[in-house]
Amino acid sequence: MTMTLERPAQTDAPLVEVRSLKHVYGKGGGAGLLVLEDVNLTLKAGEIVGLLGRSGSGKSTLLRSIAGLITPTGGSVTVSDMAGDDSAHGVAMVFQSFALFPWLTVQKNVELGLEAQGVPVEERRKRTLAAIDLIGLDGFENAYPKELSGGMRQRVGLARALVVQPSVLLMDEPFSALDVLTAETLRTDLLDLWSEGRMPIRSILMVTHNIEEAVLMCDRILVFSSNPGRVIAEIKVDLPQPRKRLDLPFRALVDDIYARMTARPTGPPIRDGNFPGSGLGMALTHVSSNTLSGMIEALAAPPNHGAAELGALGRELRMEADELLPIAETLQLMRFAEIEGRTIRLTPAARRYADAAVDERKQLFAQHLLAYVPLAAHIRRVLDDRASHQAPATRFRDEIEDFMSEAYAEETMDAIVSWGRFAEIFAYHEDDDRFSLDDPA
Amino acid sequence: MVFLASERMNGRLLVRFARARLTPNRYDLIALALIGAAAVLVVHGAQQMGLPLANLHTVPVVLDPARLPEYALRTTLRMFAAIFASLLFTFVVATVAAKSRKAELVIIPMLDILQSVPVLGFLTFTVTFFMGLFPTSELGVELASIFAVFTAQAWNMAFSFYQSLRTLPGDLDEVARQFNLSPWQRFIKLELPFATPALVWNTMMSMSGGWFFVVASEAITVGKTTVTLPGIGSWIALAIERQDFTAVAWAVGAMAVVIVLYDQFLFRPIVAWADKFRFEQTASQEQPQSWFFDVLRRTRVFRRIAAPFGRALASLPRPTLPRISLPKLGNAGSVRWFDRLWVVLVVIAAAWAAWTIFRYIATTLTIHDALTATGLGLLTLSRVLVLIVIASAIWVPVGVWIGLRPAWSQRIQPVAQFLAAFPANVLFPIAVIAIIAWRLDPNIWLSPLIILGTQWYILFNVVAGASALPGDLKEVAGIFHLRSWQRWRDFILPGIFPYYVTGALTASGGSWNASIVAEVVSWGHTRLEAAGLGAFIAKATTAGDYPRVALGISVMSVFVIALNRSLWRPLYAYAEKHLRLD
Repeated sequence: MTMTLERPAQTDAPLVEVRSLKHVYGKGGGAGLLVLEDVNLTLKAGEIVGLLGRSGSGKSTLLRSIAGLITPTGGSVTVSDMAGDDSAHGVAMVFQSFALFPWLTVQKNVELGLEAQGVPVEERRKRTLAAIDLIGLDGFENAYPKELSGGMRQRVGLARALVVQPSVLLMDEPFSALDVLTAETLRTDLLDLWSEGRMPIRSILMVTHNIEEAVLMCDRILVFSSNPGRVIAEIKVDLPQPRKRLDLPFRALVDDIYARMTARPTGPPIRDGNFPGSGLGMALTHVSSNTLSGMIEALAAPPNHGAAELGALGRELRMEADELLPIAETLQLMRFAEIEGRTIRLTPAARRYADAAVDERKQLFAQHLLAYVPLAAHIRRVLDDRASHQAPATRFRDEIEDFMSEAYAEETMDAIVSWGRFAEIFAYHEDDDRFSLDDPA
Repeated sequence: MVFLASERMNGRLLVRFARARLTPNRYDLIALALIGAAAVLVVHGAQQMGLPLANLHTVPVVLDPARLPEYALRTTLRMFAAIFASLLFTFVVATVAAKSRKAELVIIPMLDILQSVPVLGFLTFTVTFFMGLFPTSELGVELASIFAVFTAQAWNMAFSFYQSLRTLPGDLDEVARQFNLSPWQRFIKLELPFATPALVWNTMMSMSGGWFFVVASEAITVGKTTVTLPGIGSWIALAIERQDFTAVAWAVGAMAVVIVLYDQFLFRPIVAWADKFRFEQTASQEQPQSWFFDVLRRTRVFRRIAAPFGRALASLPRPTLPRISLPKLGNAGSVRWFDRLWVVLVVIAAAWAAWTIFRYIATTLTIHDALTATGLGLLTLSRVLVLIVIASAIWVPVGVWIGLRPAWSQRIQPVAQFLAAFPANVLFPIAVIAIIAWRLDPNIWLSPLIILGTQWYILFNVVAGASALPGDLKEVAGIFHLRSWQRWRDFILPGIFPYYVTGALTASGGSWNASIVAEVVSWGHTRLEAAGLGAFIAKATTAGDYPRVALGISVMSVFVIALNRSLWRPLYAYAEKHLRLD
């Protein structure tokens, strides 16, 4: 059976146009969380475009706005349908979690979109089998998703999106739930199908937080800042396909993107790094004190000797930018490290920390926590002032919720509780949700 | 399964018939025999239901064991009619509640209250209502009985379906929206399958509870009207009147057979089938088994015959469900304002309803009656609490002992579920004979009857909890040689607590209902009575004293709701928050 779909001729008309997109989540009346601000994007036929950013940079929100799943607060999204094509929708989406219906077989899962369009049974079956064939799922038509490995499940997700013949394929971190080997195979297969023009699509827009993945696959990369999400850089990738991760230009480009992702906004350097807000309104990321210690040790040890390039560090520790950057920035926030360009450098305090034993480490951590994280100092001050040396946690949660959304407040409280416990500057009792000064006897 | 193209179907199908091994295999024979027999029985039973009312008097219930199978069939059919009605109710009401915020504001609190109201008390009103609706046909009385069972079953099913609809996985919802599934496709492909496992479990619990009510609602006296529908419940009532112990034993046996059949041929297959809708995408460690389901799956002819029906069903024109969506109001502020207005309207309506009930009761009764009813309510409350404590003291250790031994728990678990489904009121006469024989104080010794049928919920939940205790924790307890009390305090009790609360909550709810039939019992002309709210309602029902019935139900509802809110809910929340083992 042959695939009846053909890759349409390329034209210069934009397939997707996004103009001054803005989106606010949560509370009505202006107090919500601004996730996207003034985002512009033009997607043309024949290109793979990557949206690269950290979690919270709104890139998934942008993708869902284009997919029509979210109505953005402001701005416009235009998706041009293919001329003369009978497909009702110009886009189809592949999900990070695969989003397969566990009670439907592979074939039924792939057929889903066609059935919704009311395609007759016979044609539906023909197109479904062709898509299954194309994506390398032959023989698995009657399997249920739970019988498949992660890689095979994502192939089903891909077939389900392709079978409706979208002009644009949207992919939301399609490989991030897969193991390294499987992800690489799937990326290569997808790139092969794309370069051979065997997929009935004209363009791919993918969200990722993996810098190497973006450089490997995309013709163009839009780098997003966090809180709120803005496009801070647009990078054209001219490296010829197939690209090799170990090639020098490839690595140079990855390191360059690392630097851009940690770059501070223009103006005087803000010591809080990329942490939005200041004072009590500073949203913290919950990074375990173990992880912070481990990072300090890794930076202090050879071959780094106190400083490293972020890209190289990520490769050494096998961490993606999305994992590495929050750790680096938390260290910077507590003055255990400084980030300049693509380099992270330990401060003298951090060097002492690396050599210290447990008790001294806790003291150092406590000093820095109280000095540089306003919320920690605030909680400690309140506990010191009260005769009972106790305070309900809701009090502080309410205070910071004036500055940030509930989800961010939750994460910030988690971080402060975990750090405060490690530093032993206060205790937190989960049972009745309160802080106190007493040491657990 | 092979999909055939429609135009080529006839030719291909013939070839298939010739080539494929289409000779019936033995599983076909088993399935054919069983399904055929079921069909005949259903048709026969249904014909009986439509007979004129006079028939009940000309053909009274007789204590002849030869008639017992037919009575059992009639009882069973009532059960299934009720469960079918409950499912319809569930699909409509829960869906509306999940999709319309205004409906949700009314439906959800109402379901919550109806779940805890003593439905047996309603019999008085429903019998009168349905007999008025069909004054000359048996159908009216049948409907009253079916409605009584329905009121015991529908609420928790609707609740479970609503909760499933509200917790649809976000990514699947996005897929459905992205592909623009029609409301019907969305229901069939996403909502119904996702809700199925929880709904099947709740339907099973409802059925277990339902047997009790179907037995209780077949023979009922409201004032001068006495209704005895042919069925096991009426058989029991007659046996009690005649003091016929052999007949009671026959009824117990018949009921046991019916419940085993329903369990083996209906619910185990359905549970085994529903396993495929479980949302976890990993293969489950322990799949529910059913030999009958395996037989059905192994049939050849049946599957071939069923397949075209399935396809025909799939190609039927789809009902177009209305897309329920609220008109978008200007901004968030006006939506909130609108919600508040709606809440105010609902509260006014509720207050008006309460006032109407109050006025109805107040025309004939005084504050003194209300105080009496409350006092009796306290008596029944203490009965329920004491018995839950005693039952827990017995069944928690037993359940833990069983649950920690997998070989035992696999055998005991179905027995406990069977006992929970077995209508305890069938067993009441045996207890009554014992109380009379030994001249025991009914105020004390009638009490165990109210927990006779519901204690098993504690047992099988504790068994489930104990078998779910993680192996590594068991090993830790072993390695550190935890001594008995420490082992219980730090490991076993916290581990089984969430399961125990579920069981005790169910047992407590069921006990209030049971008190209505358990606090007044008789054997021939001997009547035994325990002072309590259940007896108050039962006597008022027999006397046809509607205001007293209304008062009794209202007071009992208040007690049940207060107990749920002040005891079970907090325990449940605590277990959810602190004692989850995952």
